[in-house]
Amino acid sequence: MFGYFVRRVVALIPTLFGVSVAVFLLLHLVPGDPARMVAGLDATEADLVLIRQDLGLDKSLPEQYLTWLNNLLHGNMGKSTRSRNPVTYEIGLRMPATWQLTAVSITIAVVIGMVTGIVAATRRNSVWDYGSMVAALLGICTPSFWLGLMLMLIFAVQLHWFPTSGRGDWRHLVLPGFTLGAGAAAIIARVTRSSLLEVLNQDYIRTATAKGLRPATVIYRHALKNALIPVVTVVGLEFGYLLAGAVITETVFAYPGIGRLLVDSIGFRDFPVVQGILLILATQFVLINLVVDLIYAWLDPRIHYGNA
Amino acid sequence: MATPSTTAGTAVLMASGRPRSLWRDAWTRLKKNKAAMFGGFVVILLLFAGITAPWIAPYDPIKQNLRDNLMPPSATHWLGTDVHGRDIFSRILYGAAISLRIGFLGALLGGAIGVVLGLISGYYGGLADMLIMRLVDIQLAFPGLLLAIAIIAVIGPGLENVIIAVGIFSVPTFTRVVRGSVLSVKQQDFVMAARTVGATGPRIMRVHLFPNILAPVLVLLTMRVATAILTAASLSFLGLGAQPPIPEWGAMLSDGRDYLVLAPHVATFPGLAILLAVLGFNLLGDGLRDALDPRLRI
Repeated sequence: MFGYFVRRVVALIPTLFGVSVAVFLLLHLVPGDPARMVAGLDATEADLVLIRQDLGLDKSLPEQYLTWLNNLLHGNMGKSTRSRNPVTYEIGLRMPATWQLTAVSITIAVVIGMVTGIVAATRRNSVWDYGSMVAALLGICTPSFWLGLMLMLIFAVQLHWFPTSGRGDWRHLVLPGFTLGAGAAAIIARVTRSSLLEVLNQDYIRTATAKGLRPATVIYRHALKNALIPVVTVVGLEFGYLLAGAVITETVFAYPGIGRLLVDSIGFRDFPVVQGILLILATQFVLINLVVDLIYAWLDPRIHYGNA
Repeated sequence: MATPSTTAGTAVLMASGRPRSLWRDAWTRLKKNKAAMFGGFVVILLLFAGITAPWIAPYDPIKQNLRDNLMPPSATHWLGTDVHGRDIFSRILYGAAISLRIGFLGALLGGAIGVVLGLISGYYGGLADMLIMRLVDIQLAFPGLLLAIAIIAVIGPGLENVIIAVGIFSVPTFTRVVRGSVLSVKQQDFVMAARTVGATGPRIMRVHLFPNILAPVLVLLTMRVATAILTAASLSFLGLGAQPPIPEWGAMLSDGRDYLVLAPHVATFPGLAILLAVLGFNLLGDGLRDALDPRLRI
């Protein structure tokens, strides 16, 4: 298990290196002069020379990358061209809001998804089952921005239960949390259902039923424990996707998170911030996937990770 | 794993005495799948709407008519009008052409690149495989929409760029699926035989491997059209895709956001159109998967 852990962590290095190169090249692939972009349209030629020196743009590309990477590893992501604040400051200001929203969403998704999946699997081929699976299909196909607007229309504009937008107390998190979590809930419901159905077909479940245990005991004490292993994986993966999916939800609800900052920064061509956010989100995603894999290995004793 | 319906389908085919093929079998199974048929119907409906929009749309999709702005649905404007007085039904019809174009071209672009990369990676293995898979890993490190947003950040917003972004966004999925299929197909005797008689790598890939991985590619292509439509609409909604006054569904929805209180229909109908399109392609893709190979899981 420890060997597996080490190998997985080592395997991350090329991926993270590639991600950093891709994000670094972003600024250099954009058509136009990066110095001009940083300086703005009203900069003089002398300003541009200064900025080129300041950003190291007069050096070769590999040299620039190494400088950039060195800065990055020291927690320096450069400065926002819009606010002139350090990128790390801008991201630090917004990241907690996105984490909060994502945490609420995944909680909503897990509760709704698992309950729906269990109901569907234990009442197989009933109205409940079909209804749940149609709902899950719609949940997967519904554009989240549309769902968000419809929820806003019903629960904020007409019923006044929740505020339409912004960030504040818990009520600000309900509609965005549900909007962001709906797709994940649908996927979790599907996986819970199919995983539980598979487990319910196994011999030890038949034994448990045959020895006279109540159906609820069989499901919750015997079946669910094993059925949950694939569910844990999906929940982890969805958590990673939700961090990125927050881009849309935050835009719908004018929620001041990292996703909103990303879209704004692209609009203002504030590339240091764009680079920083892409890097942070990709790194988080890769790390979450690592944790998911490790939890999976730990949960399922049937899987052996030899020293291949 | 033969389901009752597939064995029944096979029996019918054998009784009819017609030559059997993978595709004919699949078609027989597909016809029995009600959800897939519904999906196919939706797809055909959208294609029809998109192609015939210039003739069947009651109004011009771009021309403004400010006197009739934000009208609720009525007999003259079935789905109402937007803030510029444009007929929403007409714009949705024209939007079908735009979304389908992005969906098909984006999926085909991603499919073409992904199939080539997957064939090379799976057939040659070794260094090529390692490099291509590393590239895929890097792309997949940007979850969901993020990869498409990053590409748009580089090449800028706009309808054509969305196709490129959505296409590249689809490459890793195709590469992985094709590589997996190639790895299993290349173990078979006919590939060995082709190599023995001296067929070159590119020829084996083109003549022997490609036809045998077509089924999973077709399934994935159908599903990726749905993803491409949804991704493109999301980009437009964020202001990174189609720009006004193009009647793109995501962009229309974004316009409607500002009038949610006054005229909720402006945002409602384009969203339903997106939902319908995504649903149609997903159901058709699911059905194709079950029909072509029930064991296939994409």
